[in-house]
Amino acid sequence: MARLTNDNVEIAHEIIGRYPRPKSALIPLLHLAQEQDGHLTDEAMAHIGELVGVSSAEVLGTASFYEMFKMETVGRYMVNICTNISCQLRGGEELLAHAEKTLGIRPGQTTSDGLFTLEDVECIAACTEAPCLQVNYRYEHRISNEGFDQLVNDLRAGRRSDIPSHGVLAQVRQHIPEDRRAGVVAPEDKAVPVWIAAAGEGDK
Amino acid sequence: MITDAPRIITSRFDNADSFTLAGYEATGGYQALRKALSMGPAAVADEVKTATLLGRGGAGFPAGVKWGLAPENVWPRYLVVNGDESEPGTYKDRLLMERDPHQLVEGVLLACYAIGCGQAFLYVRGEMPLAQERIAAALNDAYAAGYVGKNILGSDFSVDVVLSWGAGAYIVGEETALIESLEGNRGMPRLKPPYFPAAKGLYMQPTIVNNVETLSNLPWIVTNGGEAFAALGAETSRGTRMFAVSGHVKNPGVFEVEYGVTTFRDLIFAPQYAGGILGDRTLKAFIPGGASAPWFFEEHLDLPLEKVTVDRAGSMLGSGAVVVMDETTDAVKACLRVVRFFARESCGKCTPCREGTTWLENILQRIQDGYGRPTDLDLLLDVSDNISPGIAWPPKQTTICPLGPSAVSPIASALQRFRPEFEARIAQAQEARNSIPVTITKASSHG
Repeated sequence: MARLTNDNVEIAHEIIGRYPRPKSALIPLLHLAQEQDGHLTDEAMAHIGELVGVSSAEVLGTASFYEMFKMETVGRYMVNICTNISCQLRGGEELLAHAEKTLGIRPGQTTSDGLFTLEDVECIAACTEAPCLQVNYRYEHRISNEGFDQLVNDLRAGRRSDIPSHGVLAQVRQHIPEDRRAGVVAPEDKAVPVWIAAAGEGDK
Repeated sequence: MITDAPRIITSRFDNADSFTLAGYEATGGYQALRKALSMGPAAVADEVKTATLLGRGGAGFPAGVKWGLAPENVWPRYLVVNGDESEPGTYKDRLLMERDPHQLVEGVLLACYAIGCGQAFLYVRGEMPLAQERIAAALNDAYAAGYVGKNILGSDFSVDVVLSWGAGAYIVGEETALIESLEGNRGMPRLKPPYFPAAKGLYMQPTIVNNVETLSNLPWIVTNGGEAFAALGAETSRGTRMFAVSGHVKNPGVFEVEYGVTTFRDLIFAPQYAGGILGDRTLKAFIPGGASAPWFFEEHLDLPLEKVTVDRAGSMLGSGAVVVMDETTDAVKACLRVVRFFARESCGKCTPCREGTTWLENILQRIQDGYGRPTDLDLLLDVSDNISPGIAWPPKQTTICPLGPSAVSPIASALQRFRPEFEARIAQAQEARNSIPVTITKASSHG
């Protein structure tokens, strides 16, 4: 638990290399650290600061702004139930109350077995599929109380291999092959883009 | 009016392989890019201007005009794609990213080519890993096939498209906050002026920020021509548009309809769309364009989904999110929920919003909980007036972005139409004589 592993440092360098300024890679790198440890550790944030050339205080300053970054241990499964307007109209608050009963915890708490953390969240862009929730940001649409209990049972029994543990987002990473790379364009690169110049529009 | 306008951006949604490169190429994919490369950048920009494509993110600013705001001969320019969809009620950009990522990538390339952007950053909301995955795969395949990167399709057009992603913050949908986030900072909107990132944006360079749906229209426009696009819709709202209809309807869904001519009644009641109110109950109110929009009522049903008409009627089409509330809806509870959203999502930069939205939430919460005071409705309006002077539409603001005034919309709407519900709730509280002090008082040196 700590600094980024060597494999992750390699991924981090690749991500940093896509941006004109290293600090732009901060949020993707914080996700990488959270993918590694399940939450953000002080050591990982300090390491990320070293990688992008800012202080660990600046890293924390950015990280603490964003809802998804967790500074403390959370459950293996983050259960986010939407109660915003479209879901509220279709039973989102009742679903949340049911989830509290089933899991025996309130929003913001984690079950004693460390499996589930419950959150009462804002709109997750599945409004026509209300009530809806996400487990580690994977959607469950139009979910009933029974459906919720089934989901919890399946997760407990390890029957949902499609849902990775908390912190893992996209499982496909962008990779720009060296021979296809156009290259980073820094704000200092004042040259007129080649295709614009060729079209005779450089003076426009 | 329901028309048989073609589906422009959702045309591949029914195909099982809609998100793959093979599926995209088999249905005309990347042909617009080939065509554009033979037209030249200025001609592509002209087609978009002719199409009068309004931005689909919320503000409805014409994309062609926005592109033109980049100062002449200042390089480099950047393109930033706003895929941070999070306005309550809105569900369209996620679908476009998950189901047709190549269409978006092609749109990004067309925009970069026309504007002269040296690099593009595609910012996807953090809570959408499937969209991130589909776009990453689409980009990897498109790079390998020669559509993205160096010397695209053998031409002198070269651009890298970089997938970036957020971490949970509604405010990052505001374009200057999105740029801050892309620079690795807290996602707080920038002080204006400069008013447009097109002048000073990412790394203080000219930056065009376009919404996912806006860019997804570009391949069709370049293939079929701006005039074909402008032939659809009404004078000030061209083409087609996606609308998500949620709440108390029989068939909630996302529908692509002809812009400007289809009405709210069509969208909410027609069997091929939302199919009417749940349980055949009556309509109480509906939000026409996302949580920030003032509410509409029965008398607005026959308005067309047309920007100027809806603006004049006192609301907005915003992000294409129609939320329907039937007669059983508790106006106080619904109003509180929307206001709570803005209180939670205020970034804290401007005092009227940071303090005001929290006050509004607390006051509404005590009314809802049965501890309301007779003076609370005036207090709600007073606090609202501090955030948005005059409580008018379009809203004025004492803040640097529209988030604060957005919290005022549901209060103004609910109080204007359903004031007796609030008063009844407060009267009950008075009868129960169980009013308890709440910590909403003016701070003073006397404590």
